[in-house]
Amino acid sequence: MIVTTEKLTKRYGDRAVVDEVSLSVRRGEVYGFLGPNGAGKTTTIRMLLGLVKPTSGTAEVLGEAPGTPRALLKVGSLIEGPGFYPYLSGRDNLRVHAARRGVTGTHVEAVLEQVDLVGAASEKFRRYSLGMKQRLGVAAALLGKPELLILDEPTNGLDPAGMADMRDLVRALAAQGQTVLLSSHLLGEVEEICDRVGVISRGRLVAESTVEQLRGDTVLLVRADPIEKAHVLIEGSTLHGDVLHVRETDAGALVRTLVHADVDVQEVRPLRRTLEEVFFEMTGAA
Amino acid sequence: MGSVKAELLRLWKWPATWVLIGVWLVMTLTFGYVFNYLALNGGTNRGDLSQQQLISSMQPENVGAAVVRGLPMFGGAIVLVLAALAVGSGYGWGTWKTTLTAGPRRVSAMAGTLGALGIVVVVLVALTFVVDLGAAVAVASLEGWDWNLPGWAAVEALGAALLIAAMWTGFGVFLGVVTRGPALAVGLGLMWAIVTENLLRGVGSLLGPVESLTKVLPGGSAGNLAGAVGGAGAPGVLTDLSGTTAALFLVGYVVFFVGAATVLKVRRDLV
Repeated sequence: MIVTTEKLTKRYGDRAVVDEVSLSVRRGEVYGFLGPNGAGKTTTIRMLLGLVKPTSGTAEVLGEAPGTPRALLKVGSLIEGPGFYPYLSGRDNLRVHAARRGVTGTHVEAVLEQVDLVGAASEKFRRYSLGMKQRLGVAAALLGKPELLILDEPTNGLDPAGMADMRDLVRALAAQGQTVLLSSHLLGEVEEICDRVGVISRGRLVAESTVEQLRGDTVLLVRADPIEKAHVLIEGSTLHGDVLHVRETDAGALVRTLVHADVDVQEVRPLRRTLEEVFFEMTGAA
Repeated sequence: MGSVKAELLRLWKWPATWVLIGVWLVMTLTFGYVFNYLALNGGTNRGDLSQQQLISSMQPENVGAAVVRGLPMFGGAIVLVLAALAVGSGYGWGTWKTTLTAGPRRVSAMAGTLGALGIVVVVLVALTFVVDLGAAVAVASLEGWDWNLPGWAAVEALGAALLIAAMWTGFGVFLGVVTRGPALAVGLGLMWAIVTENLLRGVGSLLGPVESLTKVLPGGSAGNLAGAVGGAGAPGVLTDLSGTTAALFLVGYVVFFVGAATVLKVRRDLV
């Protein structure tokens, strides 16, 4: 495990912003930290980086206590938007960051190339578009070849093209074996990129598993005539109005059974719950 | 070392650093030499300064005093603004977050900021000395005075100038950390350096204990140290305490401001 937390809690007064969160991130995976705005994602991440001290509970990042130099030097992060000096160029901002991380200047050029910012590296940060700022944030996070990349809402505020670029970048990093903890409230983003997901709602981790497991088994929707006869023929089917839901993956066998019994098959298609449906179910119930 | 290098790089390229240093150099030249030179050559000097005092204040051997006399109030205010901006802006820009997740311990990150600001302050004092010396030599040459280069007294005065600047820097850093932003830190700092202590000195003429207190407040201590090393004749310069006493108070303030700011920085959550 690259990150583990055990009953991690942060309270401000009586209010638990993060409430006994126990999560784990495995090496080499893209872990989606999913939750609505204000659910406690950023506070959890800030605790993993030592910016916020937990009220109770424990956390380990790469076998170290959060916020220690040994842990931080192995982690690259972008939290709630990039924080850079507006009067410095992108390249100079990275040089400043590299000096703090003890990284040489050659790495600066390498990460600029990695995020496709070489052409704009001499421009002042304040003149960057939001997408460029986010990419510079990722470049800073990549300095020093971290073992873990923590990206908190990296597509926030980006236009669709910028979002697609950022997703491509994360995918490319994941393809190189980079472990990524990606916090987001965008379900599509998480569904597209992540291997495993932790869902947080009102400070509590309400689920943690693969996207597939979260969505549950595939159900086949069957529309047939007469539907009652089909219902009797297919064991374990459930009738929902004029359609059947069947926990069966072999659609061919199912259709043959119905056709041999002289039932007209009008429609057979997989019916899967979207992550969005699962998410609303979970966060609504939490 | 990495933290100092990083902070120095960003302070060096920060226009605000050079604007403030430039403003200070123009002020020290204008009030220390230009106005005095004009007063000496046809001005209407109806103040306390005799012609001989004007000449003395512009002599190259008295450059140390010229450097230190501006720092208790206006120079100090400029240094305070620089420090408050350098620390406070990091909260608004989100650069503290970037700094504290880069790897160094919080104490090291803070030490980097303080170290870099310290270097900038040394540069500021050194530049002030060089510019003032240049102006003094120019005036002495124009007027045909016999002049000597600054002696040991200038070293003492420059040491005092550095201690005064260090105190105002610490004050600015402290305010930047406490207020977590540049605007309030600068506002409060300027209010204190230029207004509050002067008002208290006014009240001090009516209330004895307040008068005693004003002598040892940050600006008062700075003014007394400047006065003790020959920096008389400028706003904020006092002669109520010995140089050693004033210096000890200033060291105390530096330790308090820097220590309190560091403790706060280390302990507080960065949200």
